Amino acid sequence: MSGVMASLIDGLLLGAVYGLAAMGLSLIWGVMDVINLTHGATIALGMFALYLLCGSFTVSPYLLLLPILAGGFLLGVIIYWIAVHRVVGQSQLMSLLSTFAVNMVIIGLGTTVWGTSPYNINFSVPGFSLGRYTFTGNHLLAGLAAVLIAGALHLVLYRTRMGKAIRAVADNRDAAELMGVPSARILMAAFGIGIALAGASGGLVATLFPFTILSGGAYELKSFVVTVLAGLGNPFGALLAGILLGLLEGAVTPFIAVSWIPAIEFGLFVLALVLFPRGLFSTTRSA
Amino acid sequence: MSALLEVRGVTKRFGGLVAVNDVSFTIAEGEILGLIGPNGAGKTTLFNVVNGVFKPDQGEIAFAGQTITGWSPDQVVRLGLARTHQIVQPLNDMTTMENVTVGGCFGREQLSLEKARQLADEVLKFVGLSHSAHLLARDLTIAGKKRLETARALAAWPKLLLLDEVLAGLNPTEVTSMLQLIRTIRERGVSILMIEHLMQAIMNLSDRIVVLDFGVKIAEGQPEEVTRNPQVIEAYLGDPNIAEKLMESE
Amino acid sequence: MIFKRPFFWVILAVSALFAVLPLKGNNVDLREGLILGAVSIILATNLNLMIGYTGYVNFGNIVSYGLGGYIGVYLVASRGWPLVAAAVAAGVAASLFALLLGLAILHLRGAYFALATIGILEAMKAFVSNFGPWGKAAGIYLPFDVYQSLGGPMQALWTTYFLVIVVMGLSLLLSYVIKISKFGLGLFAIRENEDAAIVLGVRTSLYKAMIYGISSFFPAVAGAFIFFKSGTIEPMQAFDLTLSIEAIVMMMLGGQGTVTGAALGAFLYEELRGYLLTSPALSNFHLVIAGGLLLLIVLFAPAGLMGWVYRSVPRLRRYLE
Repeated sequence: MSGVMASLIDGLLLGAVYGLAAMGLSLIWGVMDVINLTHGATIALGMFALYLLCGSFTVSPYLLLLPILAGGFLLGVIIYWIAVHRVVGQSQLMSLLSTFAVNMVIIGLGTTVWGTSPYNINFSVPGFSLGRYTFTGNHLLAGLAAVLIAGALHLVLYRTRMGKAIRAVADNRDAAELMGVPSARILMAAFGIGIALAGASGGLVATLFPFTILSGGAYELKSFVVTVLAGLGNPFGALLAGILLGLLEGAVTPFIAVSWIPAIEFGLFVLALVLFPRGLFSTTRSA
Repeated sequence: MSALLEVRGVTKRFGGLVAVNDVSFTIAEGEILGLIGPNGAGKTTLFNVVNGVFKPDQGEIAFAGQTITGWSPDQVVRLGLARTHQIVQPLNDMTTMENVTVGGCFGREQLSLEKARQLADEVLKFVGLSHSAHLLARDLTIAGKKRLETARALAAWPKLLLLDEVLAGLNPTEVTSMLQLIRTIRERGVSILMIEHLMQAIMNLSDRIVVLDFGVKIAEGQPEEVTRNPQVIEAYLGDPNIAEKLMESE
Repeated sequence: MIFKRPFFWVILAVSALFAVLPLKGNNVDLREGLILGAVSIILATNLNLMIGYTGYVNFGNIVSYGLGGYIGVYLVASRGWPLVAAAVAAGVAASLFALLLGLAILHLRGAYFALATIGILEAMKAFVSNFGPWGKAAGIYLPFDVYQSLGGPMQALWTTYFLVIVVMGLSLLLSYVIKISKFGLGLFAIRENEDAAIVLGVRTSLYKAMIYGISSFFPAVAGAFIFFKSGTIEPMQAFDLTLSIEAIVMMMLGGQGTVTGAALGAFLYEELRGYLLTSPALSNFHLVIAGGLLLLIVLFAPAGLMGWVYRSVPRLRRYLE
């Protein structure tokens, strides 16, 4: 039984990371109705960023998340101007395709530079035991970091002018424009934040598992499941839903072969799209 | 004359808002019924319920002897009830001709492509859009788009045509043309239910008028009596002598 | 009546060309190049029915190709079915599968439908990777003797080639016939404005389900032939999302909504891809270039090549539909 408990706890903590990743996707989706198909690739870039930074600096990886957040924001701004700005008003297909195109470019370049063999960051934080349960240090800190970053996002969205503007644009873009909110800049900022979150979550994943440039895909899928479950434009709901997903995985992995997990998650994804168009915790929009 | 359309006790709610509240009326064959009221009175919602876009929460709708409550819009069109939209909905990247052909193919007569194209030719002549037949719908003027909307509905060979503010956004010349068109449509035997804000048009075209306010029917009858009704004046018209003024100016 | 249309003869001529060209001098290299082109044309042309005609973006379109491949190969390898029967059965099964799925997902609009189709593709891949009778992640290998019934492996390669060309010709014809039919007009109306289409009397739910099923048929049949020819099938290859996306790129490159556009885009892209994959310097860049190309098309030329052609020479609209 303690095996299941350990799995559940790990799942809970990992779920916070899933939630963080999904928050990026959900924010972009909610603010500008763009489905960011570079999500997986930018998560993977976050993994490699941490790897490179760890190699060059002997600082705690968790502190290195700060430059990753900044770099992710910058990357997000660049991607916004290249692939998103022109197609924001058009049909969703266009932004789906343009972001997917950028995704292909990133994966293609990544494969050329880093190949397809797994990379690893060799570091571990000692955990501790409470009675029968062992808490893995890496998982604990990853979960904590995820929640902290989510908290920072909350501060940004609710305590800063830019955050307020972002929420205004998400709510009603035309009205916001009429009131003088420079929506292109806000969209750019929101996209930047979304990518920053994706990159940071990638960094956290890199502290837990080995990875390749293709590893982002699995997390992109989880982000989609989480985002759809939580409902659009609901980043904090996404955090909750991510934790739920992590718990679900934790509950299931001791009993089923790992290879079945993607099938289950994709099945969940399609079901969620079909059955919960408004998401489980949604406040406003629907699919 | 038998009632072509019967609306009985229709109520439609959106969450806590009652958009249409226990509304009943009938339209006889060959009649033009005007539907007026302030903005937000529930007129377009009523249209949406009648043609199947929304299901009523309560009440029934019968058309040409059939109960059509809960039918989908495409079923309703096949029975002979067509409508235009307040905000025009052209099929933008198709030509004017193709737009009207769609109406003919999927309307009451379910015509073949060839026959529908022939019909579209005639309908375009009828509404005065022949010269724009091969323009893309997106390239028409607003008046053209309104005519297209009407032409498409006509191609469905309806017995009853629901017109939703076809005159909005038109200049006086265009209004006069459209009014003439509506008269000609009625002469061809099509009954009409029209939402309009242009009182001049309503007064001169309608056989009878129904007035809605906050989703409730507050008056029904001949244009002269309805426009003298104090409740109607209070809710919508403002001017008790508007009837005379408008009838004189025609 | 269709025989009076010039485009019908264009399709026939192109298909005949594909069939005849490699026969001269037994040109196996050309044949292998052309079969890839033909498969791309099949995928793009049928995808065009969903995206170009109806406006529903089937991101996971390759699922019918892979499913058709698996069913076809399974029937031949484990049940001893003859090839053509197995391929047709695969096509029917894939179409039925699509129809069933359609019931669940066709009421989703826009990007949600697109995402659901990706979900289905990936779910299928994950499922098949765990499915015992189909070899799980290792897939199925065809025993060599299946080629004997076709006169040996050399002959089998030629036979499958011609079968694929037939499927290509039929796909093009189907695409054209739908385009000029009342059904096609209804589909275009759905693409333009689905709500207006319903109000105009188009049976949107029925039409969407029909086209989703129809557009799955020929890719599945082609999948059965191609994987039979390769002698092996496994989940990563059969349900490759990148291939699915490339089908969309091909269609957009040529110009969605036209038969010529989808076919032309497919052929050009396939040639580009073939060149990239075989060039030692550029093979890793295949994804980068494809991605860049897609981006350029989306940003600057969403109407594709045919959009440009029709604008430059409007008369061609009648001959190249």
